[in-house]
Amino acid sequence: MATRPASDLTVSDLHKAFGDTVVLDGASLTVGRGEVVALLGGSGSGKSTLLRILAGLDADAGGTVDVPPDFGVVFQEHRLLPWKRVADNVALGLHGADARTRALAALTEVGLGDRGDAWPAELSGGQAQRVAVARALVREPSLLLLDEPFGALDALTRLRMQQLLERLRARHGFAALLVTHDVDEALLLADRALVLESGRIAEEITVPLPRPRHQDDPGFSGLRRHLLDRLGVPAV
Amino acid sequence: MTTTVTPAVLKPPTVPRRRTRKRWTRLVSPLVLLVVWEAAARTGVLPPEKVPAPSLVAETGWRLAADGQLTTHLLDSLTRALIGLGIGGSLAVVLAAAAALLRIGDDTIDPPVQMARMLPHLGLVPLLIIWVGIGEELKISLVALGSFFPLYFNTYAGIRDIDQRLVEAARTCGLNQWQLLRHVVLPGALPSLFLGLRLAIGAGWLSLVVGEQVNAQTGIGFLMMEAREFAQTDVVVLGLVIYALLGLISDVLIRFLEKRTLTWRRGLQAT
Ligand SMILES: Nc1ncnc2c1ncn2[C@@H]1O[C@H](COP(=O)(O)OP(=O)(O)OP(=O)(O)O)[C@@H](O)[C@H]1O
Ligand SMILES: [Mg+2]
Repeated sequence: MATRPASDLTVSDLHKAFGDTVVLDGASLTVGRGEVVALLGGSGSGKSTLLRILAGLDADAGGTVDVPPDFGVVFQEHRLLPWKRVADNVALGLHGADARTRALAALTEVGLGDRGDAWPAELSGGQAQRVAVARALVREPSLLLLDEPFGALDALTRLRMQQLLERLRARHGFAALLVTHDVDEALLLADRALVLESGRIAEEITVPLPRPRHQDDPGFSGLRRHLLDRLGVPAV
Repeated sequence: MTTTVTPAVLKPPTVPRRRTRKRWTRLVSPLVLLVVWEAAARTGVLPPEKVPAPSLVAETGWRLAADGQLTTHLLDSLTRALIGLGIGGSLAVVLAAAAALLRIGDDTIDPPVQMARMLPHLGLVPLLIIWVGIGEELKISLVALGSFFPLYFNTYAGIRDIDQRLVEAARTCGLNQWQLLRHVVLPGALPSLFLGLRLAIGAGWLSLVVGEQVNAQTGIGFLMMEAREFAQTDVVVLGLVIYALLGLISDVLIRFLEKRTLTWRRGLQAT
């Protein structure tokens, strides 16, 4: 734990307000190379706003942002283009003759290698979200920005998706900033967890549990209790 | 508990049969009308100088087609319609795209278009005659004017209605402005564009009929005007039938184009 890997993403002193509502007020964070950082926070605390700034989708926010050029984004909804077949959605923005091959390879990695010719409307919610993951992965990014990527899925599918993400990360070694409101998800996947509150990072804990992790691991429930307290959900 | 379950064997085969039956039942009432009309004309219930029998109209159509007159008039009308639609339509799409995509475009283009929309463009005929004369330019200008507005408003609305979240997602895939236009904006606005095109074709024809009644030497509208002067009711009705057929054909063509380009929507309906 002494030497943290070289940082892949650095943002400092982010400011953002919608009219009179200040959403981000001096938030700073880093994500190391190959590190998975979970960003927790109450509903409306500004997590999505922060992620949009990192993805370059918000032009008029204050602060310094240093994001690697090769990042991928997965949103809470799949956001696939309904007028493109699945493989073409994944190949969006790819260049070269091997674009389709690469798209199909990415689809195979998320277990949908045979659905390349389907329309997005023909997929289930979980399948569509896997395609969105494939679309983010196909450029082999060094950083993934994930905004509650599994929030809309049922509990079983969510567990499978978490395992899938864990496998993909072990294979590709990308860093990730994972926005989530699910404390268990944060503890299962992340090396560190941050809590966003009042527009800044109010808490940072490292998750020292060995992988692969499980909810029953010793130490898990202690960390969960701590984070829940921090998020304003005290024990009853 | 399970006794209420009914076997689901009987239903499926009836579905396709009902479809085809429905198709040809739609032809019954026009055919009946035609027969009644023919009978009424033959028996003198309808005065022949007011409403000619359908068979007479068909005969006149055949005669005019055989001596080449009809083709000339039809080709001239079609040419005017196509040129006018091309000019008005492309202007509409370009201006609507500029207004919908750029703030400066919205500020400069949209207000005057919104104001001009309130003018009935056929009321501009006197002014247009002063500006462009009574030749071909007048007819083409009228068609262009008529087709401009429906296409402009539908394109504008179509682009504005595109889900902003899709645009964002596409941008995170590294698409530049031009690629966004091609992969997100154009396909997203296409259904509205087609709707605009349908309305534009209708408005274009309407304008052409009016335009061809001002000092034209050719065209379906001219044919009808001339026939009216000589009280050739059959030719007038023939002109109307031709307009109706042209409307039908253009609709079928657009439907075909829509089917080819909007397959993804059929996928949407299937689920
Ligand atoms: N486009 C916008 N215009 C005005 N206010 C906005 C806009 N987007 C977000 N906000 C406000 O900013 C605050 C933070 O929103 P944000 O979406 O970042 O929250 P969040 O932490 O992602 O919440 P959740 O967990 O529910 O997704 C909210 O109070 C929201 O109302
Ligand atoms: Mg959010």
